[in-house]
Formats: sequence, structure tokens, C-alpha cells
Amino acid sequence: MNSFKVVLSRELNSYFATPLAYVFIVIFLMISGAFTFFMGGFYERGQADLWPFFNFHPWLYLFLVPAISMRLWAEERKSGTIELLMTLPLSLRAIVFGKFFAAWIFTGVALALTFPIWLTVNYLGDPDNGAILAGYLGSWLMAGGFLAIGSCISATTKNQVIAFIISVVICFLFVVSGFNIVLDWFTSWAPGFLVDSVAALSFLTHFNAIAKGVLDFRDLAYFVIVIGGWLLATAIVIDLKKAS
Amino acid sequence: MITIDNLTKQFGHHKAVDGLSFNVKPGEVLGFLGPNGAGKSTTMKMITGFLTPTSGKITLFGKDTQSHPMACKSMLGYLPEGAPSYGDMTPQQFLKFVGKARGIPASELTSRINEVVAKLQLDNVLHQTIETLSKGFKRRVGLAQAIIHDPQILILDEPTDGLDPNQKHEVRKLIQNLSKDKIVVVSTHILEEVSAVCTRAIIIADGKILADGTPSELEAKSRYHGAIRLDFSEAPDAADQILALTQVKEIETLEDGHSLMVYPNPGEVLFDPINQLIQEHHWQVRELHVERGRLDEVFRSITEKASA
Repeated sequence: MNSFKVVLSRELNSYFATPLAYVFIVIFLMISGAFTFFMGGFYERGQADLWPFFNFHPWLYLFLVPAISMRLWAEERKSGTIELLMTLPLSLRAIVFGKFFAAWIFTGVALALTFPIWLTVNYLGDPDNGAILAGYLGSWLMAGGFLAIGSCISATTKNQVIAFIISVVICFLFVVSGFNIVLDWFTSWAPGFLVDSVAALSFLTHFNAIAKGVLDFRDLAYFVIVIGGWLLATAIVIDLKKAS
Repeated sequence: MITIDNLTKQFGHHKAVDGLSFNVKPGEVLGFLGPNGAGKSTTMKMITGFLTPTSGKITLFGKDTQSHPMACKSMLGYLPEGAPSYGDMTPQQFLKFVGKARGIPASELTSRINEVVAKLQLDNVLHQTIETLSKGFKRRVGLAQAIIHDPQILILDEPTDGLDPNQKHEVRKLIQNLSKDKIVVVSTHILEEVSAVCTRAIIIADGKILADGTPSELEAKSRYHGAIRLDFSEAPDAADQILALTQVKEIETLEDGHSLMVYPNPGEVLFDPINQLIQEHHWQVRELHVERGRLDEVFRSITEKASA
């Protein structure tokens, strides 16, 4: 537990030691605001909920989250600090979890800073705050899923740009597999269970369910399993190719 | 005590380390020598647990590095090649991080940090980010993190690479001061360093041990060992007279024509007989120098023979 905390606090501090955190948070707030008001028609819909806000999160995360996760391991490899880190008496598990949770907490902070939109919708109307809370939870879990994928990809390379691009591609696949266009293409030839399983793999399907305020155990479990699976893959990749 | 038994590391088809076996006892400062790519760093990375051996075994004070990785890592201080550190941290933050990761209790951490900061003279840069520091300071920060927990075993991969002569001297002094009951393994290709700090030297090439001994034993393998360099201002037939001595193997006239390099037969000492000749013939000698042996020459002859 102690080693986990040591890694976690070093990582968290490093976000705020560089302009990275501030740039990320400002951009995240600006784009999420722009999407909500201009593309989501927050006012025009005349409904007191945050659907126009949450609706764009998968697309926002698709590019912003890999920008955080790309440096997780690639930077350690590039600068050689991975050798230092792995020869400290810290377990691999503590290091993998510490790095992931620091990044996840950081996205949580960025997400929490969107609270003015929650205040706005409460000022304008009488929204279902339980559903909004569920939306935030779903959004944060989805960010965790993206981060875990990015962590694993970052572990495979010392080049942050490559880590970014491949993470975006894989995250994209995880998002669009729930899209109607993609699913329609499957429906034309594939048996029903295959269509369902492709849809079940998608971040979108599970996130939308949670964001609508329906907290189903299966949707929560989905994200926990995705995060756990990709972090396990991260640990395996690091263990196998520490030196290269 | 470090015990290394038949250690091998294979990268694809290339054997970086090939059946290495040796022990290091407390109090020893082991210099690890070899040309680039000889397997020095790979061996050190296996001792520190960063790389897993393909075969063979390493134990540190009786603990196997593969079955007890945490216990082994706790005993070690390690300066990896190039002294990597987190550029966005200040030395203060970095040392605190390493200290905590090493499990130093909070109550002792400040005093430990102050101690290594004083030892490595880091006080002036303590609050600057590491990426803005000069190479010499970065190296010292790397050394500071390696000794912060006062480890039993210290592994230093090219600790003085890229430092200026004064900084090199400081680092050597540091190594000498801490090595009383510790094990220190230093890799280097600066040979003067070996005579300056090491009590023992191992020369490896292509992953195999080629020579193992104290620096003076290695120097004794040099053809210069015990040779005498004479610089005359006035001595017309000196060369012939000296060559007539039974102890002398051969004589070389150096480029300026006034100097002679006299090589002894194995096991012979030249100083007395030559000194006698000088007295008898009243030669005008400007300089007389007994060579101890040249490590770089030993190094070259051993490693070149191996690769030939």
C-alpha cells in the first residue's frame, strides 16, 4: 500500500509540475463547453438535463485521454528512468496501479471542474441530480477505460507519438463498435448474438446506459473489467520487455 | 557478499553475458572493465534485478535475486548508466521520492536527505528542476539517490562518465569514503579510476572474464611493469653498458634520442644495477622513472587478444 501511495503521489505531482495539467484542463473545459452549447443544443432542447454535455464525452476522450496516457510508460523508457523505477523495492503492481490511478484521478479533477454546467442546469430548471451524478460516474469510468488502454499501448513503445496514435485507433474501435452504422453493417450478415457481443464491447453502449441514469451492475462491471484487463496487459508488457 | 554463478544472458542469438562466475566480499571495491558492449551493463542490470538472467544465479548476502526480488532490491543502491532521473522534479523532491520508495521512515527522511545533499554538495541546486541542471549535477543527484538509504551494496554504472576532472575526483573520494564495510561495484572504461578507487578489477569482453586481480596485479602483467625510463643529458655509451646487464631484457631508444626505456627480464628489479652504473660512470641523468605498469596497455592486449 505504501509503495502504491509513493508512486501515486509522485505521478500526480508531476502532472501539476508541468504545464500539462493546466493546458489539458483548460482545453477540456473549453471543448466540452463548446460541444454542449453549440452542437448539443443545451438551451434549444428546453430540457433540464446534461445529456448534451455527456453525449460528446466519448469523442472528447478519444483524443484527450490518449494525450495523457501516452507519456505514462513511453517517457520512462525514453529517459531511462524505467530502470531506476524498476530497481526500487516497489512491486510491479504498485507501479502499474499507481501510474494509472494518478492519471485517473487527474481526469477526475478535470471532470469535476465542469461543475458550473451542473450549477447552470440546476439554476435553469429542476433536473434529476441522481441521473447527473450517474452521468459523471459513467464518464469517469469511461475515461478510466480509455486510460487503461492507453497505459498498455504506452508500455509497448518509447515513442509518445506512436503511443498516442495507436491508442486513439484502439479507443476509436472500442467506441464505434456500438455505433448504429457499424452495427447495421454487422446485422446484414452476422447472427444476432455476434451483433450483440460487438455492441456489448462498446464503451458507447455502456456509457449511454449509465449516463441516462440507469445504474446497471453489468455496465459498471464492464468498465471495471476493461480497466483491470488492460492494466494486467500493461504489467505483462512491462515485465516482458523492460529493457528494450 | 555477492555470489554470481554461471550467469548467462542471451538477447536473440547474441550472448551478452556468457557463463560469468565471481564473488564480491564486503569491503571490496570491484572495478568492472571492458570494451563497449562487453556485457558490463547487462551484468549490473541482472545484479540489480532489472533484467532476468537467461540462466545462472545471483545471490546477495544469501538471497536469490529471482526468488527474493524485494529483499535484494532493498539492499542495493544503483546508479544506472547515464544517471537517469525525473527532469520535472527538483533534487529535493526526487530524493524524497526515492527515500520514501526505499521505505525510509518519515522521521529520518529529512536528516538522510540533508546528509547526502551535504556529501554531494547539492545545496545550491536543491530547488531547481533536474532538467535545468548541468551534467555534473545530474550525475551527483543520481549518486545521491543511490546512497540515500545507506545500502550494503552499491552498483555504479559509469559514475564519472562526462564529469570534469574536479568532479571525478570528488566522486572517487566519495566512493573511497563509503566503502569500508560495503560492497561497491563500479563499471568504467577510465583506467586511472581503477587504480584510484578499486581494490580489485575484473576485465571482461564478449561476456567472459579475461582477467581478475588487484589493480597492481593487473599492472604487473604489463610489459612496462618495472621498466625504467632514463633521460640523459650526457652519456655517450650508456645504452650498450645497460644492455650488458643480466637483468635487462631489451632497450628502446625513445624518439628524442636522449631517453632510454629499459625493460627487465621477468621478476628482475632494475633500479639497483642501473643506479650503480650511473654512479660508476658519472652519467648526467636528468630523469629516472620506474614504471609501475600501464593498465591501458594490459587492457588493450587482453581484450584485443580475446577478440582476435
